[in-house]
Amino acid sequence: MSVIAPDFKLSGFIKAIINDAVWFLLIFSLIGFPIIMMILFFIPMPVIDGELLTPFLAFTYLADPTRTLPIVQAFMTTDMFKIMAFPGFGFAALLAAGTIFVERKMLAKLQLRVGPFYCGKIEGILQLAGDGLKLISKEIIIPAKADKPIFWAAPVLFVASAAAFVALIPVAPGWVVADVDMGLLAVFAVIGFFPIVTILSAWSANSKFPFIGGIRALFQMVSFEIPLILSLLGVVMVTGTLNLSEIAASQSSFPWIVFLPVGAIVFFITMLAELERIPFDLPEAESEIVAGWLTELSGMMYGLVQLGTYLKLYAFAALFVVLFLGGWNGPMIVPPFPMELATEGIELGPVTAKIGGLEPLLTQVITQEMLNGTLMFVLKTVGVIFFILLPRGVFPRIRVDMLLDLGWTKLIGLAFVNIFIALALVYAGVLGPGGLQ
Amino acid sequence: MTAELPPGLAIQKVDERIMTLNVGPQHPGSGHMRIIVQIDGDYIVACDPDPGYVHRGEEKMAEYRNYITNIPHLERPVIHDSCNALYPYVLGVEELLGIEVPERAQYVRVICSELNRCIYTMYWLAIYGIFLGHSTMFMWPAGDRELLIDLMEKISGARVTHAHFVPGGVRNDLPPNFEEVCLRQVNYFEKRIKEYAAVFYDNPILISRTENTGVLSREDAIRLGTTGSVLRASGVDYDLRLKEPYDVYEELDVHTNVMKEGDSYARSKVPWLDMLESCNIIRQALQKMPKSGSVRVKLKPNPKGKGLDSVYKRVESGRGSLGCHIVSDGKVEPYRLKLSVGSFRNLIALPYLLKGEKLGNMPSVYWSLNYWPVEADR
Repeated sequence: MSVIAPDFKLSGFIKAIINDAVWFLLIFSLIGFPIIMMILFFIPMPVIDGELLTPFLAFTYLADPTRTLPIVQAFMTTDMFKIMAFPGFGFAALLAAGTIFVERKMLAKLQLRVGPFYCGKIEGILQLAGDGLKLISKEIIIPAKADKPIFWAAPVLFVASAAAFVALIPVAPGWVVADVDMGLLAVFAVIGFFPIVTILSAWSANSKFPFIGGIRALFQMVSFEIPLILSLLGVVMVTGTLNLSEIAASQSSFPWIVFLPVGAIVFFITMLAELERIPFDLPEAESEIVAGWLTELSGMMYGLVQLGTYLKLYAFAALFVVLFLGGWNGPMIVPPFPMELATEGIELGPVTAKIGGLEPLLTQVITQEMLNGTLMFVLKTVGVIFFILLPRGVFPRIRVDMLLDLGWTKLIGLAFVNIFIALALVYAGVLGPGGLQ
Repeated sequence: MTAELPPGLAIQKVDERIMTLNVGPQHPGSGHMRIIVQIDGDYIVACDPDPGYVHRGEEKMAEYRNYITNIPHLERPVIHDSCNALYPYVLGVEELLGIEVPERAQYVRVICSELNRCIYTMYWLAIYGIFLGHSTMFMWPAGDRELLIDLMEKISGARVTHAHFVPGGVRNDLPPNFEEVCLRQVNYFEKRIKEYAAVFYDNPILISRTENTGVLSREDAIRLGTTGSVLRASGVDYDLRLKEPYDVYEELDVHTNVMKEGDSYARSKVPWLDMLESCNIIRQALQKMPKSGSVRVKLKPNPKGKGLDSVYKRVESGRGSLGCHIVSDGKVEPYRLKLSVGSFRNLIALPYLLKGEKLGNMPSVYWSLNYWPVEADR
């Protein structure tokens, strides 16, 4: 079956495109462009490098890098950029998308399959985009007896909670959306939202299987939050701070996993449970309760929950890296930028090309430390994510009573052992003032 | 007088605490049936299996077709185990018509039967894996059974629904060089399924999840009439290949695998041990098989039974005893044909096993009964 319509003519197609383009340009230049200029006339524009950002120089900015680079630099230091692009949502969503692809391909190799193969020609790299388009184009079906406002709000709240979690993660020195002194407490507060959102979604669907799944999720998340918090107290004791950036910076010589391996193991297991990954995927146990609390979600509502789940996965892996693996610390492997190119310009035969605004951009924003820190952070996070994905190919699902037994007795006990180890390390003087770090 | 309503439709007065769950027929954990489960919290207080969604009237259909045209549709209930599904019918018709089957054909039948048992058990094991949330155990058996499906394709020309057994032997002789190919594939298959122990049967989470769940005692297993792997997992050494040997099984060295525990772990392990035993049987049969000779007795067109006569034959299929009762009145069609299938006999044990279990154990206990919904409905 051909995708192209049978009466397709290339000449007619090109003619139609040119026709559309001409009309678009005509209408834009006659109506759209004047309207944009009029609107911008009434908006106070910022002053960058002593020069007013004015729309009348738009084409000049495009052509002259000495005028563009200060604007880029000013934009990269705004909160907007941090929230939307680099340490915030965009960066996390990119890593989450990579995670989904790696999960599919890795699991496929483990199970003697090929995984996504056709979409995007090369090893199915566009499968995720295809899935997203499918989810967007699907109809959203809401159960007749559902509590509609809450049912609508739950997926959005889920993504919002995950994004709030992402905002607290420091990626490179100084690169964090919300650098709060009570960073770890804020993390616990955000984690506390997930069971509420889950039970809201499950309850409002007014259906049996989501209800059982929601109750299971509530059991699981609430009972694993306690060992989760307790396992992180050891790190707080040895560093004496709750600020995540400071905790990451304190591990410049040793990551805390060297001294607190028990805490790291407990945190890793609780992380799997909080993320509802196999072997702790009881809230979505397919053969028992269909899809658990996701059963009644359809279309993009389901897509949003999946997005939130993978953002949460990234955030938990990043938290593990920040607390136990040293965050951005690591050997300096990114080479320094040859500064004479920025200060003295590039000699191209008789011409010397000198770009004005490059030097402040490279010394203040995109520094060598920032690039190296980001690289180290990403490498460690990807490694942790790999170990989070791996149990899916090896373990079956466990049962609710075994899960609760594990959470309430074994893990809490181990978390207390970890606290005693941390106390011993602090009081014996191994760590802290006069010690190793 | 109130009309008797089907289960699930009747409005029952139940406790406020008790929730009725309809698991199936559109549920990833049910198969083509419905299990009406009543739960109190996480505990199952009552369970009512409701099969019948894929009833096809195989027995009635058999009364309108002659003895040869009955072959393709009688294997439909279990397409993965089609040779075994057809075996008792073919044996019965041979007794009705008084046919002696050549020895080579009997060995070919044994090989096909054991290959089909493995194919079916691998499919069953794949579903058991995914029911427990173990996706690798879904993909590995589903991939490895291709080895044996390829062998069956070489023998019969079809990947499933072989229709290879006919009264008087098998449809075609084995292809040239089949013995070597079969030995190689079966040896590799045995090596592969031994690897499953590391990832599945010795997995501590699996053992802790399935041990001591759904325990069927030896007495209950006999009393409820269970058969096949369920019976052997409860400590009863009963295998029709040994107790009532048919074809050349008495000349082969067949061992049965018996486990005493009777829990879902034992019930899931016995079919796997049976597959290893099947590999042994195939190797023996390949060795003892006459290297040449006829594989099929020529039948007259439209064979008839001799007057009013009836015969009951049963074989050990992948799900236990599979019996076929044929009543003939001297016409070209059977007067009555009754199938007694292992799936349905094992399903009867489900309400007894699930009562008092946790909801999370439902899929593992249910599927460990070696139950095939389509066969149970016939």
